[in-house]
Amino acid sequence: MSDPDTPYILREAAKRLDLPTRRLFLRNALGLGTLGLLGGCKVIDGLSAEQMLSGMNDFNDRAQAWLFNPSALAREYPESAITRPFPFNSFYTPNSPDLAPVIEAAGWVLNVTGQVERTADWTLPQLYALPQFTQITRHICIEGWSAIGKWGGVRLSHFLKVVGADTRAKYVTFRCDDEYVTSIDMATALHPQTQLCLWMDGRILERRHGFPLKLRVPTKLGFKNAKHVGEIEVGNDYTGGYWETYGYNWYSGL
Amino acid sequence: MTLHPLIVRLTHWTNAAAMTVMVMSGWEIHNAHPIASFPFPSAITLGGGLIGALQWHFAAMWVLAANGLIYVTYGLVSGRFRRKLTPISPRDAIRDALSALRGRLGHEDLSVYNGVQRLLYAGVIVLGILIVLSGLAIWKPVQLGWLTALMGDFDNARIIHFAAMAGIVLFAAVHVPMALLVPRSLLAMIRGR
Repeated sequence: MSDPDTPYILREAAKRLDLPTRRLFLRNALGLGTLGLLGGCKVIDGLSAEQMLSGMNDFNDRAQAWLFNPSALAREYPESAITRPFPFNSFYTPNSPDLAPVIEAAGWVLNVTGQVERTADWTLPQLYALPQFTQITRHICIEGWSAIGKWGGVRLSHFLKVVGADTRAKYVTFRCDDEYVTSIDMATALHPQTQLCLWMDGRILERRHGFPLKLRVPTKLGFKNAKHVGEIEVGNDYTGGYWETYGYNWYSGL
Repeated sequence: MTLHPLIVRLTHWTNAAAMTVMVMSGWEIHNAHPIASFPFPSAITLGGGLIGALQWHFAAMWVLAANGLIYVTYGLVSGRFRRKLTPISPRDAIRDALSALRGRLGHEDLSVYNGVQRLLYAGVIVLGILIVLSGLAIWKPVQLGWLTALMGDFDNARIIHFAAMAGIVLFAAVHVPMALLVPRSLLAMIRGR
């Protein structure tokens, strides 16, 4: 037990035991009939069911990457289809825009890290000066609701080119000023609709929607569209994300 | 004489298991943002929450779709669908349903389906195809954008997916008690005769 990492690993394991999925297997496995008959073996069966689902979750990452067509575009809608007001949703509870981080434009910078040639910070005026484009696309939440919004900003593929990113790297990770994290595959990062979003509905992005910068990626589910992005990292190491740790599918492609 | 070939029995029971997992996890997913005016009680859902339910749904979908593809291909190629399920006539179905209600519909010859069976069995195959297609439209509205457009866009595809589920559950609510009322038919789906 001299390994300095041991307490950390134990804490992580305890956290995993708390996951709602785990509770499900221990309880609902009974409902399926066969597992319940084994009585004392319930915990073991719960673990093997969780392993099976976790394996399928990884398989689904690969299947979706294989299905992804870099030139397939998310449907664009007319202005009349825009959802107003656009719904607010957060990873923190209570689900309230009052808890969104307050960020001063003046002191804010975007950090660029990892496998890039130019790691200099970016200020807001510098980002506003890059070529912008607008999209009216559907944001689809993993919960099942969806809403159509109008987003403006910089093509991520263009930004990656400007900073000299190694586009052979596997992942682009987004770390946010509200402690949220998510990551996407490089193929999706280079998709023409994947956007560093600065504008919404023709105005500067509001605090509740991710001021000053959010990721808009209409080829993935809503929770991959990180708000308040403060750091973009390019790399080959899998970095996962906040919801992904709880068992939501990492790829989550549409 | 074999009433149900092995491939039909295997795909039938695989489908029953996969469909049960899909429906029960689907109810839990539905509860995260209901389109019906009610949530399904958690006692009859699978997943213990949205995360677990999605994992079950996206695991069992491969089994359901692959198994369904084998079953439908076999039914079409072997001529079993044509032999057993046609002709489909609403008039036959109503006549046989009425005589069943009067207790006058026999099941002496299990190899021939009556009008109600032909209509319901063909109908549930169509619903099975519809639930897979609408599911694909919800899962991949960008990669399979044409399919989502065919379903009347994303929100409508969810409603079609839900309605197809309701139809399949209604079918099961008739099919399972009937199979239990005529135990020979249940044995035939297990032993083949």
